[in-house]
Amino acid sequence: MKKILRYFKPYKSQSFLGPLFKLLEATFELLVPFVVAAIVDEGFGARIGGGYPNADKSFIVWACVLLVGFGLLGFVFAVAAQYFSARAATGVCAGVRKDLFKKVQSLSYKDLDGIGEATVLTRMTGDVDKLQTGINLFLRLFLRSPFIVFGAMFCALFIDPTSFGIFAVTIVVLAAVVYTVMLICMPLYKKSQEKLDKVLLSTRENLSGARVLRAFCQEEDERKTFDKRNGELNKERKFVGALAAITNPLTYVLINLAVIILLYTGAIRVDSGSLSQGEVIALYNLMGQILIELIKLANLIVTVAKAAASGSRIESVLAMQSSLQWEETCEKREEDYVVFDGVGLRYHEGGEAALSDLSFTVKKGETVGIIGGTGSGKSTLVNLIPRFYDVTEGQVRIDGVDVRSKTQKEFLRSRIGVVPQKAKLFKGSIRKNLLWGKKDATDEELKTALCLAQADGVVFEKGGLDALVEQGGKNFSGGQKQRLTIARALVRRPDILILDDSSSALDYATEAELRKALRGLPSTTFIVSQRASSVRDADKIVVLDDGKAVGIGTHESLMQSCEVYREIYYSQYEAEGGSV
Amino acid sequence: MKKPSVKAPKGTLKRILRYVGRYPFSLAGSVLFALLGVAATLFVPVYFGDAIDCILERGVLWTELQYIFVKIAVAVGIAALSQWLSSLCNNRISCNVVRDIRKDAFQKLGDLPLQYIDKKSHGDIVSRIVADADQFSDGLLMGFTQFISGFMTILGTVAFMLVTNWKIGLIVVCASPLSLFVARFVATHTHKYFKEQTEARGLQTGFCEETVGGLKTVIAFAHEEENEQEFNEINARFEKASMNATFYSSLTNPSTRFINNLIYATVALLGAFSVIGGSLTVGGWTKFLSYANQYTKPFNEISGVITELKGAFVCAARIFELTDEPEQPSDENAKALENVKGRVELSNVDFSYSKEKPLIEDLSLSVAPGQRIAIVGRTGSGKTTLINLLMRFYDVDGGAVKLEGEDVREITRLSLRQNYGMVLQETWIKNGTVRENIKLGKPNASDEEMIAAAKAAHAHSFIKRMQKGYDTLLEDGGGLSEGQKQLLCIARIMLTDPPMLILDEATSSIDTRTERKISDAFAKLMEGRTSFIVAHRLATIENADRILVMENGGVVEQGSHTELLRRKGAYSRLYDSQFS
Repeated sequence: MKKILRYFKPYKSQSFLGPLFKLLEATFELLVPFVVAAIVDEGFGARIGGGYPNADKSFIVWACVLLVGFGLLGFVFAVAAQYFSARAATGVCAGVRKDLFKKVQSLSYKDLDGIGEATVLTRMTGDVDKLQTGINLFLRLFLRSPFIVFGAMFCALFIDPTSFGIFAVTIVVLAAVVYTVMLICMPLYKKSQEKLDKVLLSTRENLSGARVLRAFCQEEDERKTFDKRNGELNKERKFVGALAAITNPLTYVLINLAVIILLYTGAIRVDSGSLSQGEVIALYNLMGQILIELIKLANLIVTVAKAAASGSRIESVLAMQSSLQWEETCEKREEDYVVFDGVGLRYHEGGEAALSDLSFTVKKGETVGIIGGTGSGKSTLVNLIPRFYDVTEGQVRIDGVDVRSKTQKEFLRSRIGVVPQKAKLFKGSIRKNLLWGKKDATDEELKTALCLAQADGVVFEKGGLDALVEQGGKNFSGGQKQRLTIARALVRRPDILILDDSSSALDYATEAELRKALRGLPSTTFIVSQRASSVRDADKIVVLDDGKAVGIGTHESLMQSCEVYREIYYSQYEAEGGSV
Repeated sequence: MKKPSVKAPKGTLKRILRYVGRYPFSLAGSVLFALLGVAATLFVPVYFGDAIDCILERGVLWTELQYIFVKIAVAVGIAALSQWLSSLCNNRISCNVVRDIRKDAFQKLGDLPLQYIDKKSHGDIVSRIVADADQFSDGLLMGFTQFISGFMTILGTVAFMLVTNWKIGLIVVCASPLSLFVARFVATHTHKYFKEQTEARGLQTGFCEETVGGLKTVIAFAHEEENEQEFNEINARFEKASMNATFYSSLTNPSTRFINNLIYATVALLGAFSVIGGSLTVGGWTKFLSYANQYTKPFNEISGVITELKGAFVCAARIFELTDEPEQPSDENAKALENVKGRVELSNVDFSYSKEKPLIEDLSLSVAPGQRIAIVGRTGSGKTTLINLLMRFYDVDGGAVKLEGEDVREITRLSLRQNYGMVLQETWIKNGTVRENIKLGKPNASDEEMIAAAKAAHAHSFIKRMQKGYDTLLEDGGGLSEGQKQLLCIARIMLTDPPMLILDEATSSIDTRTERKISDAFAKLMEGRTSFIVAHRLATIENADRILVMENGGVVEQGSHTELLRRKGAYSRLYDSQFS
């Protein structure tokens, strides 16, 4: 919890005042039995002949007014405590959320692949919410309950040192019981949560796979699987429920046992005159308070434990170090603009190589086509240029400098235009999305980019640059999104343009137009595609197969020398039967 | 934190009771033990009061005291045991009821028409079966445990107080609803803040979802800072809203506690005067005080329970809403079709997804056994719809789809679908091992058969390279590329070897080279089998026996590839656009 503790710093006073006021409130609660005892011993006076002739009525009235006063003060302190706790909890978590967001944005592609989107999202939302609830409760109650419990114990010491032992033993035994039950139940709760996840999985699968499951007539089998999982969940829940239900009756028995012992030993000493009846009543009331607080404490521990678990999950994200480290610059004079020098990449240590021993050079302004089968490493290759991933072997250089060098950082993120495979648009307007490419772009620049990307029609159709884009670009079709993301990359007039299979949703005619428009640009362009037609006119084509370059050259030379390329080509052009 | 504001419809209670009624013994036990437990619990303070009356400073009444202690021990024992037994019963009821409801809901999933599943948000259905059912179970458990015992405690306490001293008793009874009013007042006035919090949370979650989902794009465009600014604004808004909601809602407890303290002081005062006046013993007075403390507690709890129960009812109603959905027509009177050769007929079929937009009108088609039918056309022309009708995922509005001359509505779904092998563009991978996925349609297939199928689908080589080969667990697609997923889906079909085939863009994500390799296997599979093939890449369907060109739900052209090209109509236009 160390990392989270840091966020309490700006809320030091609140985090201190919250529990403090709570303790003050609790103090007044602890004082109540003393007042009651005083009423018995002082107010009533001695019992003479079945009556109280010496009763001090004004004392009793004042004592009750004091009780009201305690209540009022308690109320004021409680409100103050709630305020400071809420302030600290929401403030701390806002800070955590802010840093979490920043941290997540600083991660590299590799880190993201490692933890997964869903996990990141849960950390940022659900887990922080749980943490907030936990902190709030902790500040309000976690000190209060032990304070009352131990406070009651020490009040007992004050009233009657002999009874102190009974209190101490009772508290230890009760704590042990509550703790043991929880210790047994916690892992069981976790287990039943896992069973619930299974039930959830079954349900989700039967919706997402409804067509396939029905096509294979699997409805009955799926029902059986669900019933089995549902039954297991039920068994687990019943078991842990039965165990947890022991806590309350058991503590009830223990505390009453303690009260009996208390009264018995008290009676002995009242008999001998060393203790008053009022004091016995006070001790009795104190014991009652312990019971209530202990039960509260047990429930609280569960919530706080959950919050702590969330907290440590959040911390593990906060502790992540981006795997991208920028190194000292080491320049190399070379003519070629982009150089792949013996490049190899493994996504996981010991795993299959996604790319191996890849070398080729590209001159400024050239267009490079990258083609190959499913999973041959095409996207991986282009992802190395803007350093989305790091090579595990060799070097990628731009203008003679390794992309891992410090001096490249700025260039990579501002002078390269990337159009990813999956077209992503963000909530806002079309303009806002395009400005991602270049913050200060004029409308004129935007329009040029749109024209180049064949997207001017899309903008017109949607009603101009200020047309609304819904979350995730839901209100655009795949082809529309793709053209807009191309425009977004073109707005910055990139030195290097990377198109990662980004015209797959365009029809052949539009794609041809797009290629023609791009040819006029001065950018060094990388085009990843499955279509031979898309890369045919490139200055250089890299043919990948299982992560290895099996051919590098122009269309003509590859048609002669590269078997794989020929196969790809004919698989698409066979209709025209080699006449091309 | 979602507070469902909708009211549960009438009849919900009845249906819940019907579920609960399946466990009559647990139900009876729950009520009986609750009554017993509460009664015993109420006697305990009475006995303690008596005990205190025995501890007199002028001499303790030992024999009475011992007798009272025994009574206390018995009462405590009974109270604890009944408490535990009662919670066991409650636990059993709530766990079993939720299991039954879940089971019924899941059972329903398989019987719902696909139309419902296609139209409804899956997240919503899942949350009904998982989250709503859980909340219902929690509410039910809490309701059972606390409602009965709370109610009994109030009644019992009132009775005891009235019997002991009716005047003070009456005052307490009259004053206590005050705390209910206060709680209510706070709740209604914090509603506004909760709403604000929910809205701000929704905004924040939405933004996080979008950013995390498009994080790779964010990194590529170095858009982190702008995002951070936007996030910080949203975060600040959430912090404020959350602060208000947390603080104002946390005022309930201090307020009600203050009211309780006032009542306590009043009882102390009036009680003390009664002691002096002789109408109450000191023990009786302590008893009263402890009742005053205990009595108000169930009120607070019950108001909480009522909210919880209301929520539980709404959840139950949401599940019932699902189970009440009209089912697809039953198979009961349908007959199982045997010896399917593959003669398919559509006669005058009308179909539309919504009444306003007619899609297929008066479509007739007759397919002889063993024919290969290709369906081409633009998006939205009705290709996939046709397949939905063939598989009877949807029922026709007019006309009939026939297999072997039998209306598909008159044969069982099992015998209809078992005869089709289907591969869709949208791949679906089950959470499970590769083996389970391939064997989906034929769980009892041998490993040799499975491997042969995988080899035919050209999936064997990449499966072998996976960490655990065929035993590799695939979770959420397990990092497979879209193309690899499609290969797995094809392997499924290769294994089941059905008499008819439906391939809806089955190879759209597979690179053309692999596609060509598979196409040999497909060709072998299709030999002598009626097959329906939907494809974008026209090269894959050129050797179909018949090509249907669909436009706006109707077939505008049909014939063989060469015939259609010669006709220079819609097909040849589509064909040319590929190579422009």
